[in-house]
Amino acid sequence: MANILIIGEHDGKTLNPATLKCVTCARTLAGAKVSIALLGTDTAAVAAQAAAVQGVEKVLRIDRPENQHPLAASFAPQIVALAAAYSHVFGPSTSFGKDLMPRVAALLDAPQVSDLMSIDGAYRFRRPIYAGNAIVTVEADPARKLIATVRVASFEAAAGGGSAAIESVSLEVALPSHTRYVSVRSGATDRPDLQTASKVVSGGRALGSAENFKLLYSFADKIGAAVGASRAAVDAGYARNEMQVGQTGKIISPEMYIAIGISGAIQHLTGIKDARTIVAINKDAEAPIFEVADVGLVGDLFQIMPELERLVGN
Amino acid sequence: MKKIMVCIKRVVDYNVRVRVKPDGSGVMLDGVKMSINPFDEIALEEALRIKERGTNAEVVVVSIGIADTQQQLRTALAMGADRAILVQTDQPVEPLSAARTFLALVNKENPDLVFLGKQAIDDDANQTGQMLAALWGRPQATYASKLELAEGKATVTREVDVGLETIEVDLPAVITVDLRLNEPRYVKLPDIMKAKKKPLDITTFEALGVNLVQGLKNVKTEPPPQRQKGIMVKDVAELVGVLKQKGLI
Ligand SMILES: Cc1cc2nc3c(=O)[nH]c(=O)nc-3n(C[C@H](O)[C@H](O)[C@H](O)COP(=O)(O)OP(=O)(O)OC[C@H]3O[C@@H](n4cnc5c(N)ncnc54)[C@H](O)[C@@H]3O)c2cc1C
Repeated sequence: MANILIIGEHDGKTLNPATLKCVTCARTLAGAKVSIALLGTDTAAVAAQAAAVQGVEKVLRIDRPENQHPLAASFAPQIVALAAAYSHVFGPSTSFGKDLMPRVAALLDAPQVSDLMSIDGAYRFRRPIYAGNAIVTVEADPARKLIATVRVASFEAAAGGGSAAIESVSLEVALPSHTRYVSVRSGATDRPDLQTASKVVSGGRALGSAENFKLLYSFADKIGAAVGASRAAVDAGYARNEMQVGQTGKIISPEMYIAIGISGAIQHLTGIKDARTIVAINKDAEAPIFEVADVGLVGDLFQIMPELERLVGN
Repeated sequence: MKKIMVCIKRVVDYNVRVRVKPDGSGVMLDGVKMSINPFDEIALEEALRIKERGTNAEVVVVSIGIADTQQQLRTALAMGADRAILVQTDQPVEPLSAARTFLALVNKENPDLVFLGKQAIDDDANQTGQMLAALWGRPQATYASKLELAEGKATVTREVDVGLETIEVDLPAVITVDLRLNEPRYVKLPDIMKAKKKPLDITTFEALGVNLVQGLKNVKTEPPPQRQKGIMVKDVAELVGVLKQKGLI
């Protein structure tokens, strides 16, 4: 029977919703036992949140001073030490999980399935390839441990109401000193988080400047949306890198995605395939974004946006 | 900085709209334009810039793939790499096998830095660099968008979900690169001619003593679900009406 260990992502205070989605994914495998491991300096608060997730049996706390920042080189050997008791180890398909899990897999001499979007059996999974232009069914060797990252846009967050046992684990694992955290720069705002927001307003190259992106911020604030961007907009410096949506940015699944002045390159569309409703505003009626849009409006965004903001207020 | 190794992969060009074969055995590759994985091109560009900044490091470009992968290695040589190694195979190679192969090459070449793209745009796995770093027992700095080198170490700015993270790693190290690290140069005709004379060695897994892993098998490839064709609205008022009706605003 599958015994799945999920590596929880957190910032020391809050469990990242991506972890809740990993739990949902793991529980689609019938009979699977699900545990969450938390590495940090003091994971008490996060462990309490993890223990309340429906369907989790056990929460493992690995607290030590070196775990202050999630360096893959330090986390991986600790996870390897934990993994002995498990058949599967999952992490989220976030920058945290993508960086960490392959290092774990290699140390375990185990294969990894990236961006798992559905579980068809304990060793049979589906995942996107070619920027989501094909879906491949992968079978993994049942004689080995299976490491996976979970494509979080494919799963709902697990509900609360659980009461898992919390266990503090001390591991005798030597950690390398060759990798050191220096700093992090984040443009954290009061707006909803791009990865979990139910509405997202995204801008492309057509915005023309960081100043013009204010048109989007102002509209987004009015409807309670997060703000995203195409790669072209990020490359041009109109928006910050963490706002990029797409193959190499964030893969999101909001209720509504509004693409403004974005052409709809396949690398961008990969990031929004799971959006419930896609709205596109573009002055070019032939723009590929209209092929996937549920609602399209052809026109100049600089005329449309102020009017849109005015009318939604009514 | 004496030597930099860059791992590149031959992939379907990013402009090609990939189609799934009707029998579900994979995607159509016949007559499709193939290129260096765009992330790997950025990796190579970074190595070349380090070389040209006066370190004069030797840049060795390596790949695993079919015989035609020589085309991509020649392009890499034309960009400015000094020599190339192809580990030739017709078999599918999963990331752990690729990492083992690169480790064997690392052990032969002893580079100070290994660059890879953060992911290949065919299988989008995003694993090989991290796996190589693990097997080698060396640091990894993934998703690099800025890189500074000092004596025996590198300071790397990484694109992460919350923004930009900076870490410091001792060399040798594995660095996987993101799109904003640099803009690769174009190859010029004279460089293509010069590249023909640069060494390109062909080797095999057997010669390198690499055992392939058979951990994963692709059993079926399908097209993704198609979205239903949507509607076009004529003006902002109608758009707002539709969104209100759907309960979205
Ligand atoms: C390996 C790789 C990975 C990539 N990853 C990503 C990724 O993760 N995310 C991503 O987004 N891209 C990614 N890209 C880039 C992608 O291929 C496109 O270049 C990019 O998405 C284009 O951004 P854009 O739509 O903003 O710009 P453009 O393609 O230039 O489109 C601008 C659009 O704005 C419209 N427009 C112009 N003016 C107006 C106006 N006044 N009003 C209304 N509309 C207007 C135009 O008609 C056009 O459709 C990647 C590329 C590669 C090679």
